[in-house]
Amino acid sequence: MMQTITCECGHSNPYGTSLCQACGKPLTQDVEVLSSMRYEGSARRSQTYNKTFVDHVWNFFSSVKVGVWLIVIILVAAAIGTIFPQETFIPPNVDPATHYESEYGTLGLIYYLLGFHNLYGSWWFIILLGMLGLSIIVASLDRGIPLYKALKQQRVTRHDQFMKNQRLFSVSKDVEMEEVKYTLESLRYKVREENGNIFAEKGRFSRWGAYVNHVGLIIFLTGAMLRFFPGMYVDDILWVREGEKASIPGTATDEGQYYLENNEFILEMYDKEEKKFNSALSSVDGEVAKNYQSNVTLYKTKPDHTVGEDPELVKVKDGEIRVNEPFKFDSFALYQTDFKLNEFYKMSFELEEKESGKKFGKLTVDLHDPKQEYDLGNGYKVKIEEYFPNFILDEQNEPSTVNNLPDNPAFVFSMYSPETPKGEKAFVGIQKNIESGENQFKMSFAGIETKDLTALTVRKDHTLWIIALGGLIFMIGVTQGLYWNYRRIWIKQNQDEVWAAAHTNKNWYGLKKDVEFLSNKTSLIPLEEKE
Amino acid sequence: MAEISSTLLYSAFIIYLFSTLFFAMSISDKKNKDAAHTKKWGKVGFISSCIGFVSQVGYFITRWMASGHAPVSNLFEFTTFFGMMMVLAFIILYAIYRTNGLGVFAMPVALLVIAYASMFPRDISPLIPALQSDWLKIHVTTAALGEGILAISFVSGLIYLIRTVDQSVSSKKTMWLEIILYSLISVVGFIVVSLAFKGAGYQSAFEIMNDQNQPVKIVYEMPVIAGPADGKQLDDSFGPLFSTPSWMNGVNASIKLNTFIWSLLSGVILYGLLRLILRKRISAALQTKVNMNSDLLDEISYRAVAIGFPIFTLGALIFAMIWAQQAWSRFWGWDPKEVWALITFLFYAAYLHLRLSRGWHGEKSAWLCVLGFWIITFNLIAVNLVLVGLHSYA
Amino acid sequence: MKKKRLWFRSALLAILVLAIGYTIYNSIYEESGTYISKGDSAPNFVLTDLDGNQVELEDYRGKGVFLNFWGTWCKPCEREMPFMQRQYEKYKEQGVEILAVNVSETNVSVKNFADRYRLSFPIPLDKQREVTKAYGIGPIPTTILIDKNGKVVDRTSDSLSEEKIISFMEKIKP
Repeated sequence: MMQTITCECGHSNPYGTSLCQACGKPLTQDVEVLSSMRYEGSARRSQTYNKTFVDHVWNFFSSVKVGVWLIVIILVAAAIGTIFPQETFIPPNVDPATHYESEYGTLGLIYYLLGFHNLYGSWWFIILLGMLGLSIIVASLDRGIPLYKALKQQRVTRHDQFMKNQRLFSVSKDVEMEEVKYTLESLRYKVREENGNIFAEKGRFSRWGAYVNHVGLIIFLTGAMLRFFPGMYVDDILWVREGEKASIPGTATDEGQYYLENNEFILEMYDKEEKKFNSALSSVDGEVAKNYQSNVTLYKTKPDHTVGEDPELVKVKDGEIRVNEPFKFDSFALYQTDFKLNEFYKMSFELEEKESGKKFGKLTVDLHDPKQEYDLGNGYKVKIEEYFPNFILDEQNEPSTVNNLPDNPAFVFSMYSPETPKGEKAFVGIQKNIESGENQFKMSFAGIETKDLTALTVRKDHTLWIIALGGLIFMIGVTQGLYWNYRRIWIKQNQDEVWAAAHTNKNWYGLKKDVEFLSNKTSLIPLEEKE
Repeated sequence: MAEISSTLLYSAFIIYLFSTLFFAMSISDKKNKDAAHTKKWGKVGFISSCIGFVSQVGYFITRWMASGHAPVSNLFEFTTFFGMMMVLAFIILYAIYRTNGLGVFAMPVALLVIAYASMFPRDISPLIPALQSDWLKIHVTTAALGEGILAISFVSGLIYLIRTVDQSVSSKKTMWLEIILYSLISVVGFIVVSLAFKGAGYQSAFEIMNDQNQPVKIVYEMPVIAGPADGKQLDDSFGPLFSTPSWMNGVNASIKLNTFIWSLLSGVILYGLLRLILRKRISAALQTKVNMNSDLLDEISYRAVAIGFPIFTLGALIFAMIWAQQAWSRFWGWDPKEVWALITFLFYAAYLHLRLSRGWHGEKSAWLCVLGFWIITFNLIAVNLVLVGLHSYA
Repeated sequence: MKKKRLWFRSALLAILVLAIGYTIYNSIYEESGTYISKGDSAPNFVLTDLDGNQVELEDYRGKGVFLNFWGTWCKPCEREMPFMQRQYEKYKEQGVEILAVNVSETNVSVKNFADRYRLSFPIPLDKQREVTKAYGIGPIPTTILIDKNGKVVDRTSDSLSEEKIISFMEKIKP
């Protein structure tokens, strides 16, 4: 059987209780009543058992001191993470191993070596957050449940010692109890009576605020944790050229795959002449952006779509995507994230006889899908021997390409004419024209077409509602606990004397005003504050 | 409309100045010690701070009308608004506690904040796409109100320390108290020095390389102590005495560092002058003037945190997350400003938990409130000006 | 009563430790969102190859498939191509097929490349990067080994030596 302590009032209290849960009598000699009031002198559950390993762990996390230490450690860690930019904020094309040292010197290197460049995703930071979560749960359970029982069991009549030791206390004579009761009720106290004694309380629900906000925090942390679980979260980026369609990554379902067409990308700048912003705009170099917008059309494939095949698309809807105005469909959302203006799209050339300057036809090369051969008629034709979308000379000084983006296109053309049936070769790039030997013909540049690209973030987040719920509950709890307080006033008839005591968990100023009002309206001696 | 707006802000500033004086009159214990005197001047002080606040609200509304968007979109506008919220927070807490002494310290701090704000460019600037959202006004105003109320807990904590720290001997505590006062004086120094050199039209230009390795011209408006990491002075004016370390980011890093050094130096001079005049520690001189109940000060500073913390959380974290989700597709991205808002939240959460335990009321608690305000100002100033991130206005 | 409490505490601590552990595990392997790895069944796809034929993965059931993702501009890809061609000729009769999916390049570039190295295995062109995305391909070259039942046997992003290719071929030989 559990050990219990029976108070002289007859109430039996759990082991470890310092103030009787019913009458408030200190159960041991050395109890300070006032400081025990925080949890009504109830036995914190962890303090009562200290046997097994599990209990030791439990007790560790039950301590507020440990909780505060965890908060402080997380706080310091979070601050360290802002000394240098995190890995996600450094340029995407650099190697972090060298970037931190070259940019920030030895300190940067140490920062990188300690793994602080990815601090918030590190295992130890997640463990810290997990321990904080554990501490919140354990500490709340350990305190919340006994506190609930204690407040429920409290009696109207309190022990003399309990009364005497309250911060606000007075002894009066000849008090009209009905008047006291009436005044307290007018102050919106809930009044209970027992044997001519009075117990008045107000705002008890505020005592649950801390526990409510802790529940909110736990829900929030759970939501944050869930995003690491597969299927809860999609985060991808989609680049689409104007006039093109692309499949939206992460949006394949049994009902088909979504596609997006970029009809137009719009970039608007503020007009420097606009009077309102004139002075601000003239003080900056360059222009200030007003709007980034993609006009798009959403399509969906048939359910039996196989990855890679030419899709049979059904239009779903049109939409406009701006910064701050994402485009939503099903559980997905597309956000305007980036853009690229004037990407090379088509290049035109003319076949020209060098000496006469005479032209023998024009060809337009689609840089994303060039043809092997362009027939210009009358025996004139041009063949593409090599195509380098993003031309560079490699280590062996060979022409090569950096990647497949047509940022710096270059070609090796073979030019055929009735006079040169074997063909003449020419290397043509942007502001480059290299020939092998003496050519009769050349490819002269005849214009370029460009296209804009838009970059959209594709996002699905099934954890959002959990996070939002957690946040809401937290706010309710915090408001409840901090904007209200639990005030109690006890009036006890002791032979011919009337004892009055008052307590609140916070805002003593407000409570003092209440008791001042009470003593003004009744014959109660003003309650005095104990030092 | 823009002119009316600046006039209203200017008059608000002057009125705040007067209300500070009125509050100071109310606690001056030289001539009249009677309660009527205190009550009268306290009332005048309170009413004038209310009038000043109304005038500043007028500035806010007219500037909104002039620009077409809520004027919280750059450092000047935000910092001014923060000062205004401090005044509002003071008005609320004064209405509850009726303590004149609070006004003597809260109003000057708010004045300092507003004066500091006006050192930034005051042009009405257009909104970049990321800021074009209703959440701009919702998030920023709520966060600023929360911070304003938390700032009052600093003011109250500071008075508590001035009141209770033993000034008969020199100790670590008196030293830290002097450092806090010195930092406040440095803000005054910054304002004085900025105005002086601006008035004299001082300029010194450098050519430096920006991140894209292109030459850009930067112009110092104060004599150059800290030159750019690697740059060429284009004129033969004073300096530089040394170069800014190259790891400091951005083209304007050296100018910011230079301004910072000037603020500290002018702070030293002002502080030194005050010490010479007073012939004792400034906090010791103030202690003789302050005669407030320390329990009440402790209560006010705790109450300010209790009121400010939920508002701060709502504005700086919850509304911020909702907006970030909408604008940047993620509600949290560990951007430095976000992290420092979280740090502020954690700090005050720790404070509220410490208040549960014995021994953390009173003095320790007051030191914490000072530290909390340091975190808020760090987030307001350093994160925007020094650390790079999505929130760097400029 | 005491026992019940111990049970409750142990269970709660265990759940939390597991949850944190799993979160850390997932955070380390975070990029594995759509990552196809060992043991997964290879998602089907249809692409057009250089000769204009439709190539569908499912048609290769019963054979081992050496699925390679590459680009003409990627030097390590270029290095392993001749080895792949040589081993393709050997293992073709033994029921191993090579599919060298080109990541979003033009027919001209790919054709010139294929001609230069005389590549005879099918080269499906993933113009829209759909297959590349579906397989969660990061850096190239990436090679995925698929057995006769359509299961992924191995995956690597190394540049392959000829010996390595032989050992891979042996692994997926039906």
